[in-house]
Parts: sequence; C-alpha cells; structure tokens
Amino acid sequence: MRTPTFLLICLVIAAVVFTGSLAVGNDYVFFAGYVVLQYVVLSTAWNILGGYCGYVNFGTAAFFALGAYSTVAIYKLTTGDDSYSISIPIPVLMLVGGAVSGVVGFGMGYLTLRLRGAFFSIATLALAVVLETLVVNWDYVGGSRGAYVIRPEEIALIGNYIRYLFLIMMLLAVAAITVARLIEHSRLGYGFATIRDDELAAEACGVPTLRLKLIATTISGALMGMAGAPFPYYISYLQPDSTFALDYAVNSIAMPLIGGTTSWVGPLIGTLLLGSLQQIATVTISSAVNLLLVGCLLVAFVIVAPNGIIGLVHTYLQRKPEEFVGRRRVDADAPEAVP
Amino acid sequence: MIFSFDLLINAVISGILIGGFYAAVTSGVSLAFGILDIVNIAHPAFIILGSYVAYIVNATFGLDPILTAIVAIPPFYVLGAGIYQVYYVSFEKRGQESLRGLAFFFGLLFITEVSLVLYFGVDYRYVDAAYIGPTWHLADVDVPLRILVPCIVSLLMIAVLQLILTRTFIGRAIMAVAQDQLALRLMAVDPVRIKRIAFGISIATASLAGAFLIIIQPVEPSVGREYIGRVFAICVLGGMGSLPGTVIAAMLIGIVESLTSTFYGPSWAPAVSFGFLLLTLAVRPAGLLGR
Repeated sequence: MRTPTFLLICLVIAAVVFTGSLAVGNDYVFFAGYVVLQYVVLSTAWNILGGYCGYVNFGTAAFFALGAYSTVAIYKLTTGDDSYSISIPIPVLMLVGGAVSGVVGFGMGYLTLRLRGAFFSIATLALAVVLETLVVNWDYVGGSRGAYVIRPEEIALIGNYIRYLFLIMMLLAVAAITVARLIEHSRLGYGFATIRDDELAAEACGVPTLRLKLIATTISGALMGMAGAPFPYYISYLQPDSTFALDYAVNSIAMPLIGGTTSWVGPLIGTLLLGSLQQIATVTISSAVNLLLVGCLLVAFVIVAPNGIIGLVHTYLQRKPEEFVGRRRVDADAPEAVP
Repeated sequence: MIFSFDLLINAVISGILIGGFYAAVTSGVSLAFGILDIVNIAHPAFIILGSYVAYIVNATFGLDPILTAIVAIPPFYVLGAGIYQVYYVSFEKRGQESLRGLAFFFGLLFITEVSLVLYFGVDYRYVDAAYIGPTWHLADVDVPLRILVPCIVSLLMIAVLQLILTRTFIGRAIMAVAQDQLALRLMAVDPVRIKRIAFGISIATASLAGAFLIIIQPVEPSVGREYIGRVFAICVLGGMGSLPGTVIAAMLIGIVESLTSTFYGPSWAPAVSFGFLLLTLAVRPAGLLGR
C-alpha cells in the first residue's frame, strides 16, 4: 500500500473514531481516549529506536516532560500578566516541544551511541533524573511546586476543549504511525534492521550505523516531545513528580514488546490493548494495581512470547514453515548451547 | 556564599563516608554489569528489598539491621541465582539479552517497587540501632556514626569480595568467565554455573547495601530510582568490574555530591552523577581502573 493511501485510510478511521466518541455523548471518553492516544504516539516513537534499531530507551518520561515543560515555559512567557496575553496554538507548541526533545535526543545519542547499547540505555535512565533535578530547581516553570496552565473552556466548531485536545492527539498518532510505517519500508528502515540484527556486520558492509542511530534517536525523541507538548493543557496542573513518572517509561516499553516490535502494527495493538485495559483497571481497581499488571505482563511477554502478539499470530498462521525454520535454527545453535 | 574551610573539610569527610556506602551499593552492579555483562538495572530495587527486610526484622524482633542483612545473605543469594537461571534460559541462551533482557530487568524493577508500595505504602520507614543517633566530634569535623558504621562494614564487605575474586577458585573462574567463556568450557568448568554463582553474590550484596541504606536514611519504595544513575555512573567511572576502581569512583562521586549539596544546595546533587557518567562515556569509556 502506498503511503498516501495508507494515510487516507488512517484519517478515515480517525474520523470514524472521533464521530463515534462524539456519539457517546460523554466527555469522559475523550479524557480516557486522550491517554490511550498519547501512548500510541509514545510507544510508536519508542519503537522507532527500540524496535527497529534494538536500542532501549528508558527515558521516555524525560523526552515527554521536555515537550510538556517547553509548553509551560512558552505559556509563562506569553501570558505574563493581564496586559498582554497571546495564546499560541497547540500545533505550534507541539513543533517547539518536538524540536527541543529532538535536539536533546540527538545530543544524548551523540555522546553515548558510539559505545555499547547498554550505555545508551543507562544514560537515558539517568537523563530522566537529571532533567527532573533541573526542572525542580527552575522556578520559572513552577519548580517542585508545579505549574498551572489554564486551558480555555471551549473552542470554536468543536465544543469542549478536551475534544480539541483529543482530536490533535489523534492526528499526531496518525502522523506517528505513518512516519513509522514510512521508515519501515524505506532504505532507512532496512538500515535500522541491519543495526538491530548485527551492528558489527552492518558497519563492515558500509552501513553508516552511527548516523542512522542518531536519526532514529532524534525522530523518536521528537515524537515523544510532541506527545508531551499538549499535556499541560490536558492535565492543567503540571508537577515534576507526575511528569517524570516511571509509568511513561514502563508503558512505552511494555506496549511495543507486548504487541511486537518489528512493525508499526505491534505498538498500536499493544497500546490499544494495554492502554484500554489500564484505563478500565484504573477506574475499577486502583492505579497501583494497574501498574503492577503492566510490569507482570511485560515480564511474562518477554519470557514467553518474545515476538509479542504479532509473533504469536504469525506463528499461528504459518505454523508448519515457521516450526521448520525454528528447528533448523535451534539445530545450528545446538553445539553452542550444550557445554 | 562565604567560603569556609571547616565547611569544606566537613563536606569532604562526609563525601568519603557516603562514598563508602555508594561502593557497597555499586559492588553488586560491578559484578553483574562489569564482569558478567548483565545489565541489571533492577539492582537498586533489590537494595530497597534489602532495606525492607532489615526494617521488618528490626521492627518485629529489634535485631540489628546489619546483623539481619548478614543473615539474609543466603536467601538473597538464592534469589539472585534463581533470577539468573530465568535470565539465562529466556534471554542469554536465545541471544536476546540486549533488548528483551533489559526490558525484563526493567519489569522486575517495576514489579518490586509497585509490590512494596502496595504492601507497605509510600510512608518512609526507618530502623533503630545504637549507632544511629550519636555523632563523633573530632576537632571541627563531625562524623555521624550512622554513616561511619555502614562505610566501614561496606569497605570490609568489598575487601572480602575482592579476596574471594582473586584468591579462590570460584572467584578466579568468575574473572575468567568475563574474559573467555569458551576457554573456561575447555577447562571443564560450566560457565553458566559460574555466572549463576556470581549473579547470586551480586544480589547478595544488595542485602547488606539495603541495610546500610535504611541506616543512613529513611526509605520508601521509590528511593531506589535515585540510585540507578548513580550506581551505573560509579560502575562505569570505576572501570567496569574493578572493585578497587569502584571504591575510588564511589568516593569521588560522594565527595563531589557532598560539595555540591554543601555549596549549591542538596536539590542539585542528583545531577552530579549524571554529569560524571556522560563525561566518562565521552572522554574515557574504559573508566579509571579499566582493563
């Protein structure tokens, strides 16, 4: 399928979902749906680096928060006191947030991606802690007290503001998925796949691995920042503890791994399943239990079904040839495995 | 701020003391990450587990936390060996340790933390022991015993570890497994067994480190996260798997953190280790005492 056709189909689906949500007539659908869509963007973004290149990013919260806090900074800048108050449209804020996160992602990658993969992962983990330290100490964006962002009640044509946010996040999700799919079927995607499978061999064949990894980190970081930019308007009270929460990292890793990491479908399936499950569990049980659930599912899936739901479906559809290939591969490894 | 010599000396001393504690926290990671190449980012979560074990025993039986931790070493060892077995069968054997192994440990970190939150809540817990209150005053220098005792026991523990690694057969095998697994196999030693033992030891150190942590400061389940960046920064700076390097790096970071919090405010301290980590990775990835 060509990309414009794919994009069109996505937009049609998005329109159907939006009208469907309108038809429910309860704005809670938009509040819950926004979170799920936000995770669609985050997990798709994570997967561009994690799934395609095989580099684990634990700093989703950091990139997300960068986007959110650049919005807060701009908000404070533009609505200083009552005499002047410009409201910057959210798509512009998203571009700014995306740019900031993308630049930070590039810088991080430049410093750590030349080394073994584990160093990059550890550095991203530490990045979240350091950015939180910076934000806590930066009074302009609220410091540890947090910052209020007053969102308009209504917006023309659409009605309640949450619907507008939902719509924007939906469009971003469509964009993220399209980008992911585009990458997957391009030279870039094949380059990423060679890095994932055998970086040394790829380097030896002349694949510019560092450059490709930097591209992946930048795109991935930028998308996460874009997902974070509208967040202050959604939550209306932004606080470092909740913005840098480990939940973002664990969710954006668990969702692609549960869905399947090698294609854009995986994160989407994983997010829709896990995200909806979490929304239901948060309402019916408790938010701590739902996080425990995510953790257990993540561990269970990486052990039992390493290729996620997509892998399971794939195995089920092509049981015979898959088994054959599997056995041959195991046979080839056998002398290694038995000491 | 007015520069004061007393303040400087005090900051350096407390940095060295806290560095001794950091060394205990990191020694497990130096073993697992530095020597075995297992990126156990859940290590701080096991340390918090150690803290809670010390807390429970201390609260119910009034036993000394360090004594409790020493008694708890065997269960922690078994836990570590068990985790390694799962890790080996599910990831290392299949050659998937890079992506899924990391996610596995991240999941473990998360499960441990959330379980502790669900069971104990997010209240800060602390222990009682004779050495927690008093402080020695040597001239102008304050030496709080609650930091001095963990520091000394921690250095003892690392000395024992170093002796095990360099003097015993198992220890030498652990060093060898890091260098050449095939050669080890040719010597009729099972590398998987050696790695299991080493990982068990690595988790066993978390029992002691956890007790030190709860002696030094009150603990709640998510405290461990602050240590992730710090622990890996120390491990990398120390030269990945070199225990003497770990001690030096831990004290260095302890001193710099302590100076930072004395002269710029404690809220800036967490940024120090990350700065060190990035600097080390960019300038000298082999670390201070790297091979």
